[in-house]
Amino acid sequence: MKDFKMSPRPLWKSLSDVPMGSSCSSFHICDTNAAWRVFRPVMDYSLCIGCHQCYLLCPDGAIHKEDAKVFRIDYDFCKGCGICANQCKPGAISMVKEDQV
Amino acid sequence: MIKKLNARNIDAKECFYGHKACGGCGESLALRLALKVLGEEAYLSLPAGCMAAVSFIYPNMAFKNNAVITPFASTAAVATGIAAGLEALGKEAPLSVGFAGDGGTADIGIQSLSGAIDRGEKFIYICTDNEAYMNTGIQKSGLTPFGAATTTTPAGKAIHGCVTEKKNMFEIAAAHGISYAATASIGYPEDFLNKVQKAKECDGPAYIHIYTPCPTGWGHGSEITVDLAKEVVDTGLWFLAEYENGEFRLNKKPENFKPVADHLKRQARFRHLSEIEITQIEEMRDRKWEKMLKNWG
Ligand SMILES: Cc1ncc(C[n+]2csc(CCOP(=O)(O)OP(=O)(O)O)c2C)c(N)n1
Ligand code: SF4
Ligand code: SF4
Ligand code: SF4
Ligand SMILES: [Mg+2]
Repeated sequence: MKDFKMSPRPLWKSLSDVPMGSSCSSFHICDTNAAWRVFRPVMDYSLCIGCHQCYLLCPDGAIHKEDAKVFRIDYDFCKGCGICANQCKPGAISMVKEDQV
Repeated sequence: MIKKLNARNIDAKECFYGHKACGGCGESLALRLALKVLGEEAYLSLPAGCMAAVSFIYPNMAFKNNAVITPFASTAAVATGIAAGLEALGKEAPLSVGFAGDGGTADIGIQSLSGAIDRGEKFIYICTDNEAYMNTGIQKSGLTPFGAATTTTPAGKAIHGCVTEKKNMFEIAAAHGISYAATASIGYPEDFLNKVQKAKECDGPAYIHIYTPCPTGWGHGSEITVDLAKEVVDTGLWFLAEYENGEFRLNKKPENFKPVADHLKRQARFRHLSEIEITQIEEMRDRKWEKMLKNWG
């Protein structure tokens, strides 16, 4: 995926990797949210009509728009809330239990 | 003429990412969408509340923007102070935005908000309304609706949840003669995007009040956050309106309202309500609409 996929950074190994003082740089994301998920949204691209609703309504911004037709889920940050699947009219997204993926 | 914003033409870049809000959090969706319009150059002020708590978890920082946590009562004072600072630095098109919850707006921060609107300075204030103090564990605020169970207005034998109605915060902001004010809901996201765009273009203070369901505090499934936010408008329990050039305007006038009971019963905070209380809620809604239609047409 392109640069819009966020990866946690920096992975802190020692105290010197941790920002000091009461401020830090923007998008200083050190860990993922993937472990929050019980259900995983899985896309069936053959059913997707490119309506943009999942991308618009994900509270975590975890659905990235590669182009006007291709939407990809960043599973590092998707929390499995199910909003995308619930809003997808053609039913292109299904919520699958993590241990059954 | 400003271009109308929609899901297809908004900025694909994210400015709010990796935050720790509960799955399906309505407030976090409102922030994310607002930042798609405001852009990464906007300076953000957030008081205590869920959105500050989920974004600035040391050493994480979920905003791409410059952002600061303010003392609770001071969102608008800090935001206008930042605006003045940006101007003094000679920044081109400075943009300072305050984001506060319902408690932080209608109760604790109302004085500084009133002062900032009164000074007529250019800044944007967005109230993300989840109808209680969520970050401290669901206490009633001035924007908690009638009948809602919170930890300070529990549904018991004597009292069935909150006994007061919501403060008219949108009208209170408008009553200052503010440059622009609007109500919105994450159930109507494109309407919200365009209202944020208007606030951004406007020369003076702008206030947007957005309805943002909270699965944790309201007791509903995380997947129906957006559904509930749409339903609340379709049932007439919330409304989409604007105040501009001294005039109120309703953006949406439903011909018939969707049934209130079905909508309320999807949320645990209303599940204890009796039929009589649901009828009372309908009567309150009808009184409000009668006034709005008469005065704002
Ligand atoms: C002066 C002060 N009083 C009380 C608190 C405790 N406090 C922190 S967050 C919060 C609740 C905020 O509620 P709201 O503004 O509705 O935002 P939400 O958490 O619902 O998003 C409270 C009472 C505080 N941080 N500072
Ligand atoms: S909501 Fe469904 S149909 Fe629409 S873009 Fe997303 S996956 Fe495709
Ligand atoms: S399940 Fe929720 S967090 Fe995950 S991609 Fe869908 S809307 Fe986003
Ligand atoms: S408690 Fe409610 S408002 Fe706070 S992060 Fe969770 S869902 Fe969002
Ligand atoms: Mg609140």
